[in-house]
Amino acid sequence: MIRITVGDEAIEGRDGQTIAGVLIGAGRTAWRTAQTGDRGVFCGIGVCHDCLVTVNDVEGVRACQREAVDGDRVEREVRA
Amino acid sequence: MTAATGTVGTTGTTGATRVAILGGGPAGLAAAQAALAAGAAVTLLDEGGRLGGQYWRHHEGLTDRRLQHGWARFERLRGVLDRAEVHTGASVWSAEASDGVVRLRAVVGAADAAGRVALDIEADAVVVATGAHDLALPVPGWTLPGVTTAGAAQALAKRDGVTVGRRTVVSGAGPFLLPVAQSLSVAGSEVVGVHEASRLGGLAAGWLPRPWQLVGKAGELVEYVGALARHRIPYRIGSGVVRVLGTDRVEGVVIAALDADWRPIPGTEREVACDSVALGHGFTPRLEVAIALGAVIEGDRRGRFVVVDESQRTSVDGVFAAGEVTGIGGADAALAEGAVAGFMAAGGALDDGRMRGPLAVRRRMRAFAARLERAHGIQPGWTSWLSDDTVVCRCENVTRRTIAVRADAPLRAMKLATRAGLGACQGRTCGRAVEAIVADAGGAPEGFDRRPVLAPVRLGEVAAVATGGPEQ
Repeated sequence: MIRITVGDEAIEGRDGQTIAGVLIGAGRTAWRTAQTGDRGVFCGIGVCHDCLVTVNDVEGVRACQREAVDGDRVEREVRA
Repeated sequence: MTAATGTVGTTGTTGATRVAILGGGPAGLAAAQAALAAGAAVTLLDEGGRLGGQYWRHHEGLTDRRLQHGWARFERLRGVLDRAEVHTGASVWSAEASDGVVRLRAVVGAADAAGRVALDIEADAVVVATGAHDLALPVPGWTLPGVTTAGAAQALAKRDGVTVGRRTVVSGAGPFLLPVAQSLSVAGSEVVGVHEASRLGGLAAGWLPRPWQLVGKAGELVEYVGALARHRIPYRIGSGVVRVLGTDRVEGVVIAALDADWRPIPGTEREVACDSVALGHGFTPRLEVAIALGAVIEGDRRGRFVVVDESQRTSVDGVFAAGEVTGIGGADAALAEGAVAGFMAAGGALDDGRMRGPLAVRRRMRAFAARLERAHGIQPGWTSWLSDDTVVCRCENVTRRTIAVRADAPLRAMKLATRAGLGACQGRTCGRAVEAIVADAGGAPEGFDRRPVLAPVRLGEVAAVATGGPEQ
């Protein structure tokens, strides 16, 4: 198991899951604020950029492409 | 941290032809195997964390083996790569070919991380095997959380062992919907139904005249149909999701019967409750690197692909292409084309005995690809399920109406005025839909394929190449 934080909350995932996989496994479907509402995974293979999150203070990380590492700090992004 | 800049496969020491391969899916892996067999020094780059591409997407500890097809073949292909230089997690951001030399620039490391390591590659030939991504047509409500592409549903189920919802409707066109439904079921979501837009007439025209062309593909398809039956998943042709319902997330969909042009038939709409939707109406080739290398692309709004000759050679010296970038044909076609491309890029001859098998498979699978397009190709009536206020460009939230109003402007002016296709994905997701809407409104759209940046990289990483170290 690995543990990452999303905002103030700690969530657990399985070793090797992507950040998107961990978030979805924890029951979340959306984690980015866009003009028309919240977004989560759409293409799932790194093309659409809908699932962007900030990871360990680095912005614009595709959650579907980045493998989660124990202790990762994930923050929501807000883009108009 | 300093940037490591390596030049790979120096001719001086071995004298072998240096072949670079872009993409580690079926086409790229087959190209690597064939190029090695022909004596080349091979470097293979893939942007994913693992080899296999979309077809063999996996994780050692997470993937359910029931969802893998042709796995033994993958293991054989991967097995020969110990004689090649392999870089996964490699994003190629610049590609040039001139005077018989191919130059590639990439950054290597965790996806979108800061301070990835620069990698420069020089080769005598390159095989572009960059594959394709899903083409999901817009539907009113498709920006709601819970709507994904069919490919995303597949990737999440196979790679991560998760599903976005517990009750999923699968809608679109083509045989790929079948393995997606199977993956969703195995990974834990009930599939309420699979809706195939093509009607029996189209399916019959595509598949019945030469059913023997399905040989080689039929086994896999029969397996999927069996899976649908086991999981009691209804498969309905001539129908599709025409609206997604919900306020903050998916709560249901409207399904309608579609005519032969994919126009919803009035009076046939019915609501179905679900919490997730997987959309897949076909595939779009990833042409960026091929275009950057100068290869000629041909086609129309039904699809544009890299032009190759019998040797999988493009219009540019030393540049070969294989797999979905040359036409959507599936994994078997990609494996055959990759073998030919890799062998020829390494200086092999087409009449070599080792090419007989791949050439025969390629011939059969090209016929399969033509039938696939005839049976499942996107029909123009789909735009009539859009509302004026349906978001078409998801990145910049541009609606159908906004695009249609500017349809008579030249493409560049239309994009600048509406911002359609100018967001983070650079039109990869909406390009085909925007073109269809412009065409409907009497405009003449072309050229959504050319993109200034090949892969997402950070400006600091590009600057680092110029200054010799990552920007602090």
